[in-house]
Amino acid sequence: MIRVQSLWQRGALDFLRAPMAIVGLLILALVVLAALFAPWITPQNPYDLMQLDVLDARLAPGATSSEGHYTYWLGTDGQGRDLYSAIVYGLRISLLVGVGSALIAAVIGTLIGLVSAYAGGWVDALLMRLVDLLLSFPGILMALMILAWLGKGVGNVVLTLVVLEWAYYARTARGQALVESRREYVEAARGQGISRWRILVGHILPNCLPPLIVIGALQIARAITLEATLSFLGLGVPITEPSLGLLIANGFQFMLGDEYWISVFPGLALLLTIVAINLVGDRLRDVLNPRLQR
Amino acid sequence: MKALDNAVLPATLEVRNLCTSFHTRDGILPAVRDVSLRLQPGRILGLVGESGSGKSVTGFSILGLVDAPGRISSGEILFHGQDLVQLRPSQLRHLQGNRIAMIFQDPMMTLNPVLRIDTQMIEAVRAHNPMSTREARQHACETLASMGIASPEERLRAYPHQLSGGMRQRVAIAIALLHRPDLIIADEPTTALDVTIQAQILGEVQKLVREQGTALIWITHDLSVVAGLADDVAVMYAGRIVEQGSVDAVLDQPLHPYTQGLIDSLPSRNRRGQRLRQIPGMAPDLLSMPVGCAFAERCSRVSSACSEQPQPLEIEPGRSVRCFHPGVAHGQ
Repeated sequence: MIRVQSLWQRGALDFLRAPMAIVGLLILALVVLAALFAPWITPQNPYDLMQLDVLDARLAPGATSSEGHYTYWLGTDGQGRDLYSAIVYGLRISLLVGVGSALIAAVIGTLIGLVSAYAGGWVDALLMRLVDLLLSFPGILMALMILAWLGKGVGNVVLTLVVLEWAYYARTARGQALVESRREYVEAARGQGISRWRILVGHILPNCLPPLIVIGALQIARAITLEATLSFLGLGVPITEPSLGLLIANGFQFMLGDEYWISVFPGLALLLTIVAINLVGDRLRDVLNPRLQR
Repeated sequence: MKALDNAVLPATLEVRNLCTSFHTRDGILPAVRDVSLRLQPGRILGLVGESGSGKSVTGFSILGLVDAPGRISSGEILFHGQDLVQLRPSQLRHLQGNRIAMIFQDPMMTLNPVLRIDTQMIEAVRAHNPMSTREARQHACETLASMGIASPEERLRAYPHQLSGGMRQRVAIAIALLHRPDLIIADEPTTALDVTIQAQILGEVQKLVREQGTALIWITHDLSVVAGLADDVAVMYAGRIVEQGSVDAVLDQPLHPYTQGLIDSLPSRNRRGQRLRQIPGMAPDLLSMPVGCAFAERCSRVSSACSEQPQPLEIEPGRSVRCFHPGVAHGQ
């Protein structure tokens, strides 16, 4: 009797062997769940202006609302918005932008990388020089230029991040595909008369996934920070859909006063999210690293 | 031509004057030169030679798997009379795995490590046969069973790393047998296995080939495997076939001094306690091959004639030797 245990199951068990990774995973799960169920776990919808009370503006953490309904555990911002609610809703935008852009970039980048490896010759050279060009450019500068041209908006930010990020996946996918295509199982698949494209997608791509997953995890964190930076600089998401970065920016003017919480709490939320993703990503890198494989 | 006279049965494969070379930075490397083979249905040909003699490249050339910088520079590979060298890649792909299959040396490397056996086998079935996934799976299961694999359903759900070496090679052979090909090229498939498993697999392959009328080329460096398995044998040295014929004839009465050297280097019951003979010298560098006989430098019968390239000398139909001084060894 063989115990059928897939490579993914084995990887998952391996993953859980590190305590820090479990901590990261737990925090990440908490953050994602909070973002998913935001309307049910927050006292107010921070975007519904009807629910805001200007009289409650800039209340310290722990203050009670003027109507006495509930406690602002994390205080309120300049418009009387409950910061806890704003952070949970802000997480939604941040995660959406981060995960969305990383996924789209992963699909596009991997495809371009595979095509590059498959085609070779001048197609390969052209695509890889484009990748070099993109990677040698400071990301934030590039993003500012694109957003200045496209204008604000969640969709535009995602698009900008995709433009910045696909090159990482493309380069890794190409390199990995070139290595894998020299392996004997590819030769054997060719000997079975399987078409080159089927071999590329069905046989080579699954073997290229581990490093791409690692890059994906770390790129989500990078995308979230970059989006926060852009929003902080005023070129990211619009004020009607505030992400964590925008919340930090909104509180920035009060930082020198006593109302530190308006910036600091969204900042802490951002920090916690990024650290959690990086912990998970680092562990993934250890588990999936081909050089450390047993 | 004499070769035509002896064409009683239609040949599955007829290779004529095949030359395959690799265009490297250091020059043109002639890996296979002027190789001619003939193989009939249900026959097993042992292709013997040491590393670098061109036996694997011959196999890869037949299947159209020679990659740049290598290419087939001349010759014909007639498969049921159709020249494979002239085929377009899409036409060739239609034959690969379907009518001509290959078994590789290391089954750990030839099975995709991240795909389950069923995924790989179903894909191999459906590459040439548009059946449903369920039918393909059923067919894969039956083929595994025919290779003597117990509980094939379970093996299908396994990953390659969960199977033993012998089991993996059986799976690889089952994949080659999926479409009941007319020709199988086996490139040292049992070299990585221990002797017991090797004997089992040889027996099963031999049986299946006989039953299905498949022609088989068994590439190996192991003369004892050839002796037990093959009907015919071709001995390669430095890219050329130096001697070929039936196994009995070649192994009992080797005519080429290289074949004799190979046989003498095997331990035998008759010469117990004596030192094994070895062939003096080294195989020549393929990049700077002598104009004449490549074996001349190491040969005891060398004469001035050997500075020219010997042509195959047909002793009898199907038996030929490429030597100016063929003959049964003296001094034994």
